[in-house]
Amino acid sequence: MAARAAQELKDGFYVNLGIGIPTLVANHIPKGITVTLQSENGLLGMGPFPLHGQVDPDLINAGKQTVTLVRGASTFSSADSFAMIRGGHIDLAILGAMQVSEHGDLANWMIPGKRVKGMGGAMDLVSGVRRVIVITEHTAGDGTAKLLRACTLPLTGTRVVQRVITNLCVLDVTPAGFEVIELADGVTREHLQRHTDASIRFSDAAIER
Amino acid sequence: MKPRAEDKPVYTKLWPDARSALDGIVRDGMLLAVGGFGLCGIPEALILALRDTGVRDLTIASNNAGVDGWGLGLLLETRQVRKMISSYVGENSEFERQYLDGELEVEFCPQGTLAERMRAGGAGIPGFYTRTGVGTLVAERKEHKNFDGVTYILERGIEADLALVKAWKADRLGNLIYRRTARNFNPNAATCGKVTVAEAEIIVEPGELDPDEIHTPGIFVHRLVHNPHPEKRIEKITTREA
Repeated sequence: MAARAAQELKDGFYVNLGIGIPTLVANHIPKGITVTLQSENGLLGMGPFPLHGQVDPDLINAGKQTVTLVRGASTFSSADSFAMIRGGHIDLAILGAMQVSEHGDLANWMIPGKRVKGMGGAMDLVSGVRRVIVITEHTAGDGTAKLLRACTLPLTGTRVVQRVITNLCVLDVTPAGFEVIELADGVTREHLQRHTDASIRFSDAAIER
Repeated sequence: MKPRAEDKPVYTKLWPDARSALDGIVRDGMLLAVGGFGLCGIPEALILALRDTGVRDLTIASNNAGVDGWGLGLLLETRQVRKMISSYVGENSEFERQYLDGELEVEFCPQGTLAERMRAGGAGIPGFYTRTGVGTLVAERKEHKNFDGVTYILERGIEADLALVKAWKADRLGNLIYRRTARNFNPNAATCGKVTVAEAEIIVEPGELDPDEIHTPGIFVHRLVHNPHPEKRIEKITTREA
């Protein structure tokens, strides 16, 4: 999924990667293009994890992991960081999800009755970044659908997701609902519909392989 | 007769230590803004000193609530906090216990909204409209307004009674420079305090900081403390192989 998501990156993009699987997209950035990673705690030009012995407690990412700077990196305040995000200056955000609706509503921050940790910067990212792509397993651990007609969990944002990359397929959120544009190897249209709680259309490119 | 240079009192915002720097400016029920992201860039010495004042019923605007036994987590253990205004509090089990028991109130605030609330409060702007949170729990009971066909919600600026921040370098006039991502909320919190106290690792004389490189001008800082050896705990040490 992370490798497929990396194909969404274009030369010159400023990109924010969410915590978890989205972080792995950084390992698959296509050769020959320049992508600048933004971390919302105040860093543009995030590099890989440091070598042993080069750990700097003053240099972490939004997941609170120790990181490094690439050449040309900059650091700034939280207000400036979110001016980039809310002001529409970030080209792409790749985030995880609990649920996505056919209208592009996203739920990824709380489950009522369970421990609530907070939304962090997720609501700002989905409302401000130009393009929002979700990467997620197609269904939850217990097999229930994550792609739905309407989200049942508290929302992070409404009509904010443009594309969803799952382990089974890639789909776009269109005015007419979910449209599958790619199927993973061995996945049938029938199988996909069975694991999605919304009606889905298939573009001609969604070929069973 | 011209006074000799050494007779002139030296104007300084530097206080002997964190404890004395909080003298006379803390009271029960006050609203604080505290810098830091996770444990990165937190005002360690000032948080310890605040705990030792015994002040209670605090409302604290801070992105996170520390961890068990460190940072703002210290103030939770002693039950000095009544309410947190935060975007993410996931790393603290004492927090969770008090929250679930109803001892602690939490206002979840999106991270960018929180930063902007501090920035706005410090700039004399009582409220602003943002798209962040529209259509979510965050928007409940807030004014909605349409600008050019897009819906926004009204969020309030934060004017804190006291702001506590952590800098890397400072001069005794309170000019501050932060280091790397330890900057985070610190410059924004610094502006929104009616009183702002900063701690810094390195203190220099006026003139030694390049004016072009100062992040927080000294006007925002009222008291300054030297903390040359902060612990700087790391929440998640992640490394790669050479």
